[in-house]
Amino acid sequence: MNPSEPLGQLQKPVVAVPSLAQVGREPKTGVGSAILRKIRDTHPRSSRVPDAVFGVIILLSAISVFAIVVLVAWELIDKSRMSLHQFGIGFFYGHDWDPVNGAFGAVPFIYGTLVSSFLALLLAVPASIGVAVFVTEMCPLRLRAIISFLVELLAAIPSVIYGLWGIFVLAPLLREYVEPFLARTLGWTGFFTGPMYGLGMLAAGIIMAIMVVPVIASITREVMTAVPQNQREAVLALGATRWEMIRMGVLRNARIGIVGGIILGLGRALGETMAVTMVIGNRPEVARSLFAPGYTMASVIANEFTEATGDLYLSALVEIGLALFIVTLVVNALARLLVWSITGGTARVRG
Amino acid sequence: MIRSLRVLLCLAVLASCALAQTNLNGAGATFPYPIYSKWFNEYHNEHSNIEINYQSIGSGGGIRQVQAGTVDFGASDGPMTDEQMAQSKVKVLHVPTVLGSVVPAYNIPGVSGDVKFTAEALAGIFLGKISKWNDKAIASVNPGVKFPDQNITVVHRSDGSGTTYIFTDYLSKVSQDWQGTVGKGTSVKWPVGLGGKGNEGVAGSIRQLPGSIGYIELIYALQNKIPFGIVQNSSKNFIKASLQSTTAAAVGVKMPADFRVSITNPPGKDAYPIASFTWLLIPTNPADANKGKILKDFLFWMLDKGQTMTEALSYAPLPKQVVDMEKAAVTKQVKP
Amino acid sequence: MANSASTPAPQAVSLGRRFANQGATAFAVSAAILVLVPLLAIFGYLVIKGIGSVNLAFLTQTPKPPGEVGGGMANAIVGTGLILAVASLIGLPLGIGSGIYLAEYGRNRFGDLIRFTADVLNGVPSIVIGIAAYSLVVVPQKHFSAFSGGIALGIMMIPTIARATEEMLLMVPNVVREAAYGLGIPKWRTTLSISLRTASAGVITGCMLAFARVAGETAPLLFTAFGNQFWNLKLNQPTAALSLQVFTYAISPYDDWHKQAWAGALILIFLIVVAVAAVRIVTSRGMLKGGA
Repeated sequence: MNPSEPLGQLQKPVVAVPSLAQVGREPKTGVGSAILRKIRDTHPRSSRVPDAVFGVIILLSAISVFAIVVLVAWELIDKSRMSLHQFGIGFFYGHDWDPVNGAFGAVPFIYGTLVSSFLALLLAVPASIGVAVFVTEMCPLRLRAIISFLVELLAAIPSVIYGLWGIFVLAPLLREYVEPFLARTLGWTGFFTGPMYGLGMLAAGIIMAIMVVPVIASITREVMTAVPQNQREAVLALGATRWEMIRMGVLRNARIGIVGGIILGLGRALGETMAVTMVIGNRPEVARSLFAPGYTMASVIANEFTEATGDLYLSALVEIGLALFIVTLVVNALARLLVWSITGGTARVRG
Repeated sequence: MIRSLRVLLCLAVLASCALAQTNLNGAGATFPYPIYSKWFNEYHNEHSNIEINYQSIGSGGGIRQVQAGTVDFGASDGPMTDEQMAQSKVKVLHVPTVLGSVVPAYNIPGVSGDVKFTAEALAGIFLGKISKWNDKAIASVNPGVKFPDQNITVVHRSDGSGTTYIFTDYLSKVSQDWQGTVGKGTSVKWPVGLGGKGNEGVAGSIRQLPGSIGYIELIYALQNKIPFGIVQNSSKNFIKASLQSTTAAAVGVKMPADFRVSITNPPGKDAYPIASFTWLLIPTNPADANKGKILKDFLFWMLDKGQTMTEALSYAPLPKQVVDMEKAAVTKQVKP
Repeated sequence: MANSASTPAPQAVSLGRRFANQGATAFAVSAAILVLVPLLAIFGYLVIKGIGSVNLAFLTQTPKPPGEVGGGMANAIVGTGLILAVASLIGLPLGIGSGIYLAEYGRNRFGDLIRFTADVLNGVPSIVIGIAAYSLVVVPQKHFSAFSGGIALGIMMIPTIARATEEMLLMVPNVVREAAYGLGIPKWRTTLSISLRTASAGVITGCMLAFARVAGETAPLLFTAFGNQFWNLKLNQPTAALSLQVFTYAISPYDDWHKQAWAGALILIFLIVVAVAAVRIVTSRGMLKGGA
């Protein structure tokens, strides 16, 4: 075990064990010493069978993880076969979602997913990096624990509670104050025009941003702490201000990992379902204005899955699920690779 | 701690065994959810070992899940099409339960009284052609009402809905334009508007959004004190949805043997134009005979006692001849 | 860490650079505040709007038909417990087992594959897991059930638990294992009684984190557990769940249901916060390094 591995949140430093005698005397393994004696007395040499059995059980659990993923992928492909066959690649650039006439095109949902996620990242990335920088480099020691706990708490809030808050607190706020303000000041851009419902793409983007901040912030913090101290000291020795030290000594070295964290945040945003369903307005259409209602891939599945009458309809929804699965797979894999390249293979990446 | 957990587990197992509950599961329309919920609650009070769990996920869901066999019965206010019935592996009987009305409910700032709508006005609003509340088409039939110069926000269903079916069925009959562009169905391509999930979601959205209009079942408007419009019927009278006008819509209707009938835009002069039956979708050859018997028993209960509870929730009870027809059909067609 | 940063002698730092330094500090501080505002707002609203409705009736009664005031979410609270119990039965053994594999046996290419797969599973949107659980469990069984909901959530618990177990086991120094082997203890005993026991605190925290994460999940339950207005303790019947109930009530028009939605949300978040806080207390030493 590499002693210079960065410590993550779950890691409790193990009490050092300098001598064999101490192993027996340690309170935690007090029972162990009794077991030791018992085992020694009962011929441990014939432990090959139990070892093998144990090994197999453990191996099976590991394989089960693999099996589950394969099973999920298989189900998605199998149940979307009808739609794949019927629409082919055209499914992904069809504009119409018309269950009555059997026309299913996924463009409105792809658009909604991309725009809401992009908006979420636009808002979340500066905030997350700011928080991470604050907590790792600027914050007094005592505050650090509290603030990192609070940011972690943001990650613990379930999506449905974000949605609840979104409907009753955020949407009226947007409708009455923020959206008129944006329409007055930035309406000329074309992104802030049209009727103001409060619900819609803007609300979805803001809520997703809040949900994604803890993900990006925690990764950024992890990669920043992984940067060796000598990097900071070297820059400081050259006469840098604190900000310059952070920028050149830490962020520059950690930037690949930070990008990985951002991509991981993207992965989380793409799959977000409940909060988005509750505030996005559920309208399958491509609109330029952020005030307009939209629809995401995850939301359409949540709303229409249990009632898709007709096998083609259900198959189209599963195909959207398959697309979502593949996209999040690629995005997450990319993110992990980037983060691991900074922190070394086994660092825990919380998603 | 382990011991107390074990005790708890044993108790739980014993409890569920001792209760010997029979659970039936149904899903579907949100349109009749208030009355169905009341019925299943009352039925459970009378037969404490029977629990009929009904989840209102929309008529589309009712049709889908009963076809898949994942629920014991479905519910829908849009009857299954011939195609759906042919495709379905599970053969069902449409059993009408109550009559209800779909009303155009609105939230117009500054307007608290009743607003009259012509058929053309409704079609125009939902097509997106009429976009402001003070448009001529609305104002001309409402002299004396001061409409604000505000955009109309349309709210429709985002899920597969029998209420949508009823409303679009009506619009298709009264507007060529609608028939040509959108058509009727449980899930249509709406030209404008936001989507809400279930009657509940649409009613909730109307309450939250000033300037909005949506179509919901009467009881949702009444229970939540949402003002709703008076609609012009085929005899050119403006009729407000009520028990009487809903019942009037079903007068003289020729009920087919399979009970699938549309009563929107009926001829009667006092009839409310957007009314409909709503159906339970009962498998005629249920997989579990015991559950089938219980369900049959419930249907007879519903046709006698249940009908007396409808008016309190503003649903109109079934006409007598329909009740008789149903009793005969259920006895004959639904096994066991 | 790097807090001993001190600016060098003033005359060596130009105004522009000093300004940038102050600006960056201001930005970072305001970012921290900005991020915490929604947190406080959400918790604030949950408490203000929810606390009034959390009463004995709410905690002991089942829902009333729509439009009738009263009733509660007792069956949803129990239902959530039931589903989580099933989820734990799946997630804990498979998660800990995989974690043991990755730490003790899997320091090779195959182990890398499993590790990667676990991360993939972690990133799969919960709604997609719901679709899979529907096709694999609900459809063949021909009913919605607490069991299928538990499976969906259990699957989601596995990656978190596996990673936590692996990490904690890796922290146990090899010296301890070698000492055990030297005394003739077989590998399986060593792993279970010594390595795992030493790492137990961290493993338990991993389990609790996984638990907290899935307790709030709603999307996969939409087509598995389905919901139920009655009490249910049977695994093969649809069940109410707190998260589902909050969702249904939130989008409804009834004021009474809105109040109950806040109350249900408050209870849900309370349970989750307790779990997360317990995690923090147990790993209190890890906090200083600014873990997550």
